Amino acid sequence: MPLMRHSNEVREMAGELGKYKLCVSARSADKAILKKAQDGGIVTQLFKFALEEGIIDGAIVAGPGDEPWRPRPFIATTVEELMTSSGTKYNISPQVSWIKEATRSFGLDKIGIVGTPCQMQAVRKGQLYPVGLRDVPDKIKLAIGIFCMENFSYQSVKQLVEDHAAMKMEAVKKMEIGKGKFWVYGQRGQVVQLPLKVTHKYEQPGCHVCLDYVANLADVSTGSVGSPDGWSTVFVRTRNGDDIWSKAIAAGCFETKPIEQVKPGLELVTKLATEKITKNQKTVEERAKFGVNKGLRNPYLGPK
Amino acid sequence: MADKITVGHVHMSGCTGCLVSLADNYGGLLTILDKYADLVYGLTLADVRHIPKMDVALVEGSVCIQDKLSVQEIKETREKAAVVVAVGGCACYGNITRFGRGGQPNQPQHESYLPIGDLIKVDVYIPGCAPTPQLIRNVCVMAYLLLKGNKDQQELAKKYLTPLMQLADRGTEACGCDLMYDVVNQGLCMGCGSCAAACPVRAITHEYGKPNVNREMCIKCGACYAQCPRSFFNFDVIPEFEGIMDAIDAALK
Repeated sequence: MPLMRHSNEVREMAGELGKYKLCVSARSADKAILKKAQDGGIVTQLFKFALEEGIIDGAIVAGPGDEPWRPRPFIATTVEELMTSSGTKYNISPQVSWIKEATRSFGLDKIGIVGTPCQMQAVRKGQLYPVGLRDVPDKIKLAIGIFCMENFSYQSVKQLVEDHAAMKMEAVKKMEIGKGKFWVYGQRGQVVQLPLKVTHKYEQPGCHVCLDYVANLADVSTGSVGSPDGWSTVFVRTRNGDDIWSKAIAAGCFETKPIEQVKPGLELVTKLATEKITKNQKTVEERAKFGVNKGLRNPYLGPK
Repeated sequence: MADKITVGHVHMSGCTGCLVSLADNYGGLLTILDKYADLVYGLTLADVRHIPKMDVALVEGSVCIQDKLSVQEIKETREKAAVVVAVGGCACYGNITRFGRGGQPNQPQHESYLPIGDLIKVDVYIPGCAPTPQLIRNVCVMAYLLLKGNKDQQELAKKYLTPLMQLADRGTEACGCDLMYDVVNQGLCMGCGSCAAACPVRAITHEYGKPNVNREMCIKCGACYAQCPRSFFNFDVIPEFEGIMDAIDAALK
């Protein structure tokens, strides 16, 4: 079985895809979730299941904010609230800002949180080195990570949509980065695609030192790359993630296919992960010699 | 119990909140005292009057340099302790005592307060106002493994404690401004929100994904920068979170 062997080799490779127990292509079995989902509705479905089963009693998600397509992190404690957060918003949502408050005025004991790879890193750092996060370490029960190549500021997205794609923000139905393009779908059916080249200068600078593509530190991580439209690639990583995922599968929450049987599959995920990490590793190294006999900070070497 | 380490709590110009945080480990603290550490000094809890020799000194509070006894005690702590840990924002960074400027009865001349690192060499920082019970616990367990563990455990403890030692090397000044100087200005902020969650006085909000510090509210505790995943992020420890949390849990069973 050459395909199987390939998958094991990938698993053993350096850190590109992180540690994981299981990788599948999946989508929610719930039509209502799929209708609003960015891809396979994995995040919404898994949180819905975890809320209903009492595995978590609330989840920090990215809901609608004050302006169109501007996310606002908030704590969803009901399925109705959760459902308002579907879909990718390509700009910054400071998810972790609510993580302590969730255990305070919200009174949560079992927290769910969804976020990008850097936000999963923040959660794990907060669990191992809690400086201002009393009581948070033991209350993280389901951390779902989403694949992330880079992010944008709100003003950047606005620039891309309004200037480059010539659409109004409030007239946009969906945005997507895939197949080498930035796609903007209008409410009335129009589609504009921008080459990624025009988006590069708008990227959040702090993303250029990021060495994680597929949310290596999440319990479960998911993203569109590797799976067909309407499906998601899912990595089940921790013991805790494995436990919850197995229960959700047993409850019939998801349709799954072995990742080896879908196109483009893990090969593309690995390729993009390697590209991101190689490029950003180079940026990190160049920072050391950014000035004349002086450099910029490297957080991976310490706080100085 | 010869294999226990000896630990002391040294109270400088602090509020005892750091000691309360240690105590807020509840059963965990009792387990630590049963299995891993003897509390050989701590005026709040025990009747030992003078600073004895100890493996680890947990020092809270800053030092009033116009108070001779305080200056003498912090120097003595350094002489008597193998490892000096600055526990909490005051010992690490001065914290609220940075705002002290004298003029109050009945010692109006008590006006200058310094973090302990300005007077002695400090080995490990545990920032935060208050520091979290969980971080104090982790440092105690790791200090035990470092001094009494097998080779693997010593290796783990060393890796774990390294960034907290690096924070001690970095300096004795802290402020919400650190987020500007050393994260945003350095091109490292990615808008995760950790700083806002860590701030004990809610001085930090996020405007369009970037931290906005209300410096009139900031009490200079250093929590935001230490908690920021772009201050330090040690890839040899944090990705092993599952195993390390299991190990700490097992140690406290």
